[in-house]
Amino acid sequence: MSRFKKESGKELKSINTASLPDIVFMLLFFFMVTTVMRETDLKVSVILPEATEIKKLEKKSLVSYIYIGKPHPNLQKTFGSEPRIQLNDTFATPEDIRDFITSEREQMDENDQKQMTVSLKIDQNTKMGIVTEVKQNLRKASALKIMYSSHKKVDESLLR
Amino acid sequence: MARRGIQEINAGSMADIAFLLLIFFLVATTMDIDTGISRLLPPMPEEDQKDDDDKIRERNVFVILINKQDQLFVERAVIDISELKEKTKEFFLNPNDDPDLPEKRPLTVDFFGDMMVSKGVISLRNDRGTSYGKYIAVQNELAAAVNELRDEICMDRFGKTYQNLDPLNETEKALIVAVKKVYPMAISEAEPVEIK
Repeated sequence: MSRFKKESGKELKSINTASLPDIVFMLLFFFMVTTVMRETDLKVSVILPEATEIKKLEKKSLVSYIYIGKPHPNLQKTFGSEPRIQLNDTFATPEDIRDFITSEREQMDENDQKQMTVSLKIDQNTKMGIVTEVKQNLRKASALKIMYSSHKKVDESLLR
Repeated sequence: MARRGIQEINAGSMADIAFLLLIFFLVATTMDIDTGISRLLPPMPEEDQKDDDDKIRERNVFVILINKQDQLFVERAVIDISELKEKTKEFFLNPNDDPDLPEKRPLTVDFFGDMMVSKGVISLRNDRGTSYGKYIAVQNELAAAVNELRDEICMDRFGKTYQNLDPLNETEKALIVAVKKVYPMAISEAEPVEIK
């Protein structure tokens, strides 16, 4: 016991921080590897609907995204407030989807092309008219695997 | 300045630089996993393809209409969305062989043996003015009904729910395929009728 007492009596030693950079670098590499950068700037505001029977979407490289929603408030002056389709970084018409799908397909590995999935990120207040047009164009482009992107619904009985 | 051998590089600021980068990646990272309801669209019909819709008998079709006020018409009656799941399950099960509910056909399925499989098909139609949120809610209820039926039969026969089957396990993967045959997700969406 006396040994401890002696040491505590001495003035405070500074903590050795030599390993701090290593720890931080480790964390840094973890985040660098796991990061998926946002490829597109959202120009439409999308509030996804909620659902319970949802599945996770695996293999992000096989997924193309189509966004539908009202343009952002600062863009509404030029593009109006009606729901619009966004492909990549631009607004598009339903007819543009076939070209979009073709170009997305070309970027993929040949073996993966059949597994291509289109994730539809559609605002919950959008009318079905535009959604149906998009779906028809996807069928014409034979991109048949689709996913209605939605959030997990929180069970209300658990909240009470 | 006289050189006194090679000086050691001061690594004290290394941690600061690394922290800076770390914070950047922390902020830029999006960890959200994309989730949703997956569906397979039917291929575009051939030009000369005949309409074989009328071959399906009326009792085998479960008609769901959603109008532009987001009201739900199921088999010509207005119902609330909370009733939809039970109605759908009853439609597929047809426990009392009701003549208004769908017919069944015998089918031999792996793991299950001879089963009577419902011939029922759900027909989902919506208006241009229907909101997407309502449409997803209906799709969700239909998926929930089918998943519950699958869960029930799996629990009955194998003591494990359908949701807990592991697709990476070979036998359970085969089981998933078999269950899908017994209760297929038979949702047909009408070809949109263009009105000019």
